[in-house]
Amino acid sequence: MDLNYAALLPEILLAVAGILLMLAIPVLPSRQQVRLGYAASLALAAALVTALLQWGDHGPAFFGMVSMDALGGAARILFLVSSAAVALISVSYLKRERLRHGEYFPLLLMATVGMSLMAVSADLIMTFLGLEILSISSYVLAGYRRGDPRSNESALKYFLLGAFSTAFMLYGIALLYGAAGSTKYAGIAEAATQGQAETATFLLGLGLLLVGFGFKAALAPLHVWTPDVYQGAPVPITAHLAVGSKAAVLITLLRLLHQVFPASADQWQTLLWIASAATMIIGNVAALTQTDVKRLLAYSSIAHAGYILLGVIANSPRGAQGVLFYLAAYSLMTLGAFAVVQVFARREERFTKLEDFRGIGYRHPLLSVSLTIFLLSLIGIPPTAGFYGKLFLFSAAVEADLVALVILAVLASAVGLYYYLQLIVLMFMKEAASPPEPVPVPLAARIVILLMAAGTLYLGVYPAQVLSIAGEAAGL
Amino acid sequence: MEQIVFYVFAAVAVGSALLVVLQQRAVYSAFSLIVCFGALAVLYFQLGAALVAALQVIVYAGAIMVLFLFVIMLLDPQAERFGPDRFKKTALAGLPMAAFLAFVLLRVFPAWSPRGSGEPIGSVEGPKRIAHILFQDYLLPFEVTSILILVAILGAVVLVKHRPD
Repeated sequence: MDLNYAALLPEILLAVAGILLMLAIPVLPSRQQVRLGYAASLALAAALVTALLQWGDHGPAFFGMVSMDALGGAARILFLVSSAAVALISVSYLKRERLRHGEYFPLLLMATVGMSLMAVSADLIMTFLGLEILSISSYVLAGYRRGDPRSNESALKYFLLGAFSTAFMLYGIALLYGAAGSTKYAGIAEAATQGQAETATFLLGLGLLLVGFGFKAALAPLHVWTPDVYQGAPVPITAHLAVGSKAAVLITLLRLLHQVFPASADQWQTLLWIASAATMIIGNVAALTQTDVKRLLAYSSIAHAGYILLGVIANSPRGAQGVLFYLAAYSLMTLGAFAVVQVFARREERFTKLEDFRGIGYRHPLLSVSLTIFLLSLIGIPPTAGFYGKLFLFSAAVEADLVALVILAVLASAVGLYYYLQLIVLMFMKEAASPPEPVPVPLAARIVILLMAAGTLYLGVYPAQVLSIAGEAAGL
Repeated sequence: MEQIVFYVFAAVAVGSALLVVLQQRAVYSAFSLIVCFGALAVLYFQLGAALVAALQVIVYAGAIMVLFLFVIMLLDPQAERFGPDRFKKTALAGLPMAAFLAFVLLRVFPAWSPRGSGEPIGSVEGPKRIAHILFQDYLLPFEVTSILILVAILGAVVLVKHRPD
């Protein structure tokens, strides 16, 4: 047990970069503040390179507070990619909306530090601190459009409900500490095998912990905040909430349930079974009636969290592998979809209604074709990433005898077919209602859209490589 | 003797905590809270945690309460006076919750079997030991907490400064 600073090099790098950006705010003339965005992207890229170089490093660090393993390594690569994409689509967004660049990027970098710490944490205190850093920066970022009442509403709702769920989680951690005598993952797991898993204190602690995570991951019935928050937040931040933040919470949940609470599997599997079924049904059915594309994607992200739960409930390495592969696929297609929405929304986010997409198909081929790829992938049609994602998840779930839930998931996806296809039909088969308005596509956003589309297709054609990485991370 | 001191200060702590909620003026509530913190400090001291008791007085009763009072002064306490009938409404929500909490506590505590490292709190030797724990075992949470606070400050700046046009 020793310090081993180097293990957290990517996180330290990001935190230092965040602080430097903060110091640069008053020094840089307001015209050059745009550079902060590119500096943040560079910092994320540097952290990504470091994280890739550290792939394969194992062992505890910081006196057992964090523990490096393949799962944490893979997770932080995913978060860094997601945050880099968010940073790149944010630059042109902030410029267009005339928002201040200054505080935005430090907050985004710190949120990434929080996500990363959650993934490598080996102690509930670290997990909690990581989650709080992520949450507090996300509350503020959701309200970054200060002049827009919807953005204010988004931040306030997210903050109030988020603070509430944090209290649940903290109470759960306190009870677990009371039952196990330790906040370390290993200590809790050991106490659970020695009979503590049966006590009311322990189970109540686990239950409250699940409530907290369920809220942050927007699992039904704790999902009600999601549509309003996602709709009101700036588009890049909606992408951050739907992808990075959600993936961080789900991966932490996966690690906790599979590695720390396997002794209580019967209890949490039952709870999550119900949550998963409700999440898939509510997400997909509610998405049917949406008229705003941000709300539609919000409900779609709820539904996808429901599918991902299948792999968690399976409680097997194959399930974990499915979850990780699905998260990679989901991140690519969702980031891509939000990047298209960000560009298409134009100034003040005026064009986010489904009707606004009517007839854009041949006028803006880059946007419409790539959005189609992302939507097809969200449905799960080959040859896109979403197909293999669902395939691996569902097959792992079938192996774990979750046949009823898989049938439900397939039916729910079939409902999803309708609203995703509706958007594609609107784009390509309807006439535009009004004369077209130019849609400028900034270079950084173009790069993100193309990369995400390429990634979605790559995973759909050649999933083996990412699958084997996911398998290594899942301990197969 | 120890028992008498415990019961006196426990009663003061509970009584002043009740006053925090029952007072009509926010300033009185804040002062009651200081009394409550003071009484708790005595209880900590009795448990052998002298450092925690000192911190309780310095940090909570001192620094944090000053902050509270500042905020109350800034917010014009007169405008926020609560009417006498406010408990009728809150009781409707509060009583079921209180009953639930009581149920949970009763369920939990009989099953309570303290495990832990087996060291009673009384063996905490004071600042030296605390420093050892804080800057070695809990070094990372300690440092990461500063990032958390930094993010909160930055967030406050974003939300309060730079008013939109």
